[in-house]
Amino acid sequence: MTQAEIKLCSLLLQEHFGEIVEKIGVHLIRTGSQPLRVIAHDTGTSLDQVKKALCVLIQHNLVSYQVHKRGVVEYEAQCSRVLRMLRYPRYIYTTKTLYSDTGELIVEELLLNGKLTMSAVVKKVADRLTETMEDGKTMDYAEVSNTFVRLADTHFVQRCPSVPTTENSDPGPPPPAPTLVINEKDMYLVPKLSLIGKGKRRRSSDEDAAGEPKAKRPKHTTDNKEPIPDDGIYWQANLDRFHQHFRDQAIVSAVANRMDQTSSEIVRTMLRMSEITTSSSAPFTQPLSSNEIFRSLPVGYNISKQVLDQYLTLLADDPLEFVGKSGDSGGGMYVISILTTCHLLSSFLSRFGSRCARIFRLVLQKKHLEQKQVEDFAMIPAKEAKDMLYKMLSENFMSLQEIPKTPDHAPSRTFYLYTVNILSAARMLLHRCYKSIANLIERRQFETKENKRLLEKSQRVEAIIASMQATGAEEAQLQEIEEMITAPERQQLETLKRNVNKLDASEIQVDETIFLLESYH
Amino acid sequence: MSAESPPGQDWGRGHGAAEVAEPGFKRADFPPQLLLHWPRKLTNRELREAGLERHRLEEAQYISSWPRRGLRVGEGQQPLEFRPVPLPSGEEGEYVLALKQELRGAMRQLPYFIRPAVPKRDVERYSDKYQMSGPIDNAIDWNPDWRRLPRELKIRVRKLQKERITILLPKRPPKTTEDKEETIQKLETLEKKEEEVTSEEDEEKEEEEEKEEEEEEEYDEEEHEEETDYIMSYFDNGEDFGGDSDDNMDEAIY
Repeated sequence: MTQAEIKLCSLLLQEHFGEIVEKIGVHLIRTGSQPLRVIAHDTGTSLDQVKKALCVLIQHNLVSYQVHKRGVVEYEAQCSRVLRMLRYPRYIYTTKTLYSDTGELIVEELLLNGKLTMSAVVKKVADRLTETMEDGKTMDYAEVSNTFVRLADTHFVQRCPSVPTTENSDPGPPPPAPTLVINEKDMYLVPKLSLIGKGKRRRSSDEDAAGEPKAKRPKHTTDNKEPIPDDGIYWQANLDRFHQHFRDQAIVSAVANRMDQTSSEIVRTMLRMSEITTSSSAPFTQPLSSNEIFRSLPVGYNISKQVLDQYLTLLADDPLEFVGKSGDSGGGMYVISILTTCHLLSSFLSRFGSRCARIFRLVLQKKHLEQKQVEDFAMIPAKEAKDMLYKMLSENFMSLQEIPKTPDHAPSRTFYLYTVNILSAARMLLHRCYKSIANLIERRQFETKENKRLLEKSQRVEAIIASMQATGAEEAQLQEIEEMITAPERQQLETLKRNVNKLDASEIQVDETIFLLESYH
Repeated sequence: MSAESPPGQDWGRGHGAAEVAEPGFKRADFPPQLLLHWPRKLTNRELREAGLERHRLEEAQYISSWPRRGLRVGEGQQPLEFRPVPLPSGEEGEYVLALKQELRGAMRQLPYFIRPAVPKRDVERYSDKYQMSGPIDNAIDWNPDWRRLPRELKIRVRKLQKERITILLPKRPPKTTEDKEETIQKLETLEKKEEEVTSEEDEEKEEEEEKEEEEEEEYDEEEHEEETDYIMSYFDNGEDFGGDSDDNMDEAIY
């Protein structure tokens, strides 16, 4: 793990889980697998705090454990999983577009809590949905369960590995930690639950049952005594499936940009058909015959078979090789390299200018070029071309290949060829992205900390206004309270809010780049 | 307008930049620091030099560092060659942005967010009795499925059970959590009583509550009496002292 990644992980953990968890998490990422006491000793935190932190991290699938010989349990952190936390909003938004609000809330609850049983998820989501509905209406559990089942069928949520059920009773003491196993077939198997019920609205004081004195409010509204039918079956969000979906989206939009809408629809159909049959890291999708594609096209597109065949040949012949022909088949993952290069290009455009991008694309296409050839092909004056080439060289986007003419490698008699090594360029850009996100997060935290006093004041004023509105105050009183925040303060707040929003939006955008670059490994 | 500068002062800039359209002055006549307020755009070099000069003057406290001129993208000391890519906007961008901020806030409220333990203040405060500190005995706020976790991660909570037993004994004042909640509730109802407008029904209720509270208040006072030697109701914290004799300063005060 590079320093930049570790720094980013530390910032993310701190923002979402607090400092104690951050300390433990970063330590584990840095040093690898360690047992409990060593962690406590090395980080200088008390044993209790370490235990708490590890519970949280394991719950959220960020740390895994393993039992070694002599009963020692070692804990290991997954750095890449921590970095996924940047992408949570994108996952949730994607589910919203696919499965509307119910699906969105299901995935949100799963991401916020790490792992949950199905009944717990359904209950929480139903309660939340009921809150937002009008008075008197409640959300039925059945609807939420249906959406959950659909999410499981399309593999967006999956079961967590569970404790194996031992048929024979162990004579000795139970092992210090269970080894969790998961059967491939069972990963998306939804247990047969008959969840009957409706969402409960949180009780406001008006709706309290009459005659209930406030001092004797019951501590728990849920009944803990009932055994939960799906006890022990936990579900988590399947991030790989989301990544596959993002990839498909990127491919389809790239095709649409390059060609027209219809061809992108064809590609989308092909991808959808092979969604479940292809694992996410395969280089090519399963071969599909054109008949199958024809049958699965969406209803609105009534194009004849010949037209479809024409499109397929067009796609196959395209120099970017979206679709490959191997007996009427389709290839998908080849596109990723193209997408990465497009991204690299666009990042060039922003930093070096369009001329650099032109040179870069040229060298990429022709693989190796001499300096003079670069000038000729790109139609850029020699001085500028030289300048840009050297700039890119210094940033390691390009590398130089020496081809000596004579055995003594004299510089005047060797060819120096410029070439682009995509992998290293991508890796370098990725590293830069991590650093920039870390900077963005730090800057945002700094801005918030600077204006902390003002933020607290405005929060207090809002709380006062809200409570006064609830008890029915007049306009004049409300205005008086609002004037507690003076105009320059209000302006400062506005500026702060704008800045924070900009920084957040930048984070989201850089994360998209990171996604594309990471999928290239 | 003379082109000679007074002896001993070197304003000379000698940029070779374009002449100013304003009548009468040459830019070369003005000292670098004043160039900051020049109402037209400056070249990069001028900006940089003005910035350096400004920095020097700021450090020497000749000019204040606040307020800074509003800096937009490309107007700083090192102007950008190319504009940055526009940020995602529109419905999707805004929704994702709002979602991100909401998630951030929500995660801080969840029990998974572990705050570092508040350090014990050196003197025990009176209010500590009425404040609910964090989870008891450093345990965690939520219940994970212990069957899935290694056994060593479970924090033993034994003290809680002892406390539970003592609650059953009546009228013994140990510092139990139940007691704290009751006192907090009492304080709340007292507060509300002061604000409420009384109606007949409320009066009756209040009387009942008052009686209960009086009994408990007396009980509380007894409790306090056990701790201190002074009767709390006789305590006078001296606010009234010296406030009466405002008007007539003729009379002497003995």
